Amino acid sequence: MTVTTAVTTEQAQAAGLVAPRARTTADRPRGVSLALRTLGPLALVAAWQLSSATGVLTPDVLASPGQVVQAVGELWGNGQLADALSTSLTRAALGLVFGAGVGLVLGVITGFFRLGEELLDSAVQVLRTVPFLALVPLFMVWFGITETAKVALIGVATSFPMYVSTSGGVRNTDRKLVEAMRSFGLSRWAVVREVVLPGALPALLSGLRLSMTLSVIALIAAEEINSTEGIGYLMAQAQNFSRTDVLAVCILIYGLLGLAADGAVRVLERLLMPWRPVNGRAVVGR
Amino acid sequence: MSAPAVHVRGLRRVFGTRAVLDGIDLDIARGEFLALLGASGTGKTTLLRILGALDRADQGTVLVPPARTVVFQEPRLIPSKRVLGNVTVGLPRGETTRETGRQALAEVGLADHADAWPSTLSGGEAQRAALARALVREPRLLLLDEPFAALDALTRLRMQDLVGDLCRRHRPAVLLVTHDVDEAIRLADRVAVLRDGALVRDETVAVDRPRDPADPAFAALRRDLLADLGVHQATETH
Repeated sequence: MTVTTAVTTEQAQAAGLVAPRARTTADRPRGVSLALRTLGPLALVAAWQLSSATGVLTPDVLASPGQVVQAVGELWGNGQLADALSTSLTRAALGLVFGAGVGLVLGVITGFFRLGEELLDSAVQVLRTVPFLALVPLFMVWFGITETAKVALIGVATSFPMYVSTSGGVRNTDRKLVEAMRSFGLSRWAVVREVVLPGALPALLSGLRLSMTLSVIALIAAEEINSTEGIGYLMAQAQNFSRTDVLAVCILIYGLLGLAADGAVRVLERLLMPWRPVNGRAVVGR
Repeated sequence: MSAPAVHVRGLRRVFGTRAVLDGIDLDIARGEFLALLGASGTGKTTLLRILGALDRADQGTVLVPPARTVVFQEPRLIPSKRVLGNVTVGLPRGETTRETGRQALAEVGLADHADAWPSTLSGGEAQRAALARALVREPRLLLLDEPFAALDALTRLRMQDLVGDLCRRHRPAVLLVTHDVDEAIRLADRVAVLRDGALVRDETVAVDRPRDPADPAFAALRRDLLADLGVHQATETH
């Protein structure tokens, strides 16, 4: 076969050759991407406004967006909202720190050490199946109507997703990498710190995301019962006076808390894992 | 004139400000085996990825057969599928498909491993499974992206013989991307060298088969190719 036989493009096409179509997505500008993200929430608010304006949603069912904005102004003006927010956020954060911390430690122990898994895992799995709402009465008996009861409830609720994600992520550690590090004389703790935890970070962060969501749910459960301050208390009050505008404010705050938690984890992902390819796209070799 | 399998005119691909491929013209005839040599980062894998529709061209005409398959440097087998399942993945299910899959495995010498999990295979076996997966689709263009680079020296020689043998039997057009000069001369009908975004050499291998490294023609071509790649050998005097 010789190289010099020149083939024209027309002849090549006639021979049944086709152009390869690569399915690569073009990078979207940041602004466009952000606009697309806000489209969904905006559509929801627009639908809400439309149904309020046309009378489908009457104020005794749900207040209109305008009334809700007024309610925010009113609650912010008399300081109720700021107080409630700071109380609730403190509870959620404290519970999350304790719960996620315990889940993280237990998860590493059962995921990395054989003995730890044999000793702890079945016990934790049994406890995990208990719905945390069932613990509310018990915690009331133990701790009374105190901050401890609320923080403990949030802690219990948030520890299990963290535990499951951590032990799963740690178990998937590259054993060859661990073996290599052992050969360089790293202690077990050093291996956990240098290899296991960084490797399990994606799993840890998805566990944290679940835990953050649960911390808000547990917060509502803890505050709905026998509470004298916080967003749950605000809601209970609003319920008594049929203030659907205040109820809507509280529900929106819970939603925004969830959104903020998600954003926080995204930022953490970027900060804690600088070695990961951007936008999840693999960096291809040339 | 023989029928074409690959037709490339004026191909450009730019990463950032660097033109990795800068006006490439390339033809591969049906059933022809072309080895593409180049140092690391010269864009030879990029060229292969463009032909395989895994990357896009910034400029130029690229035409390839509709039926084409790739063997990558790593086996890229799905860990959750058995070897036979990996070979027939994406093909219509059925007894005939399973049978052709088994035949392909037999051709690469893995008939006994059809029900094994990929994680139990050695590096050479996994790469042979990847080869069977590529061949079972009866490609008119087979793209080999340094498929032997991760194998040990003995396995590599055996794999080279196997690939040469299979390509002679199935006659797909082959583009082998490699940085191993001996491998290129052993297997290819034609060798091309990519440097600074252009093909600096594109010539038919005139060494008689079976190709023996002791053959003076082999040694001469080897020296020329290494010089193209920037490796200059001292002239042997003994």
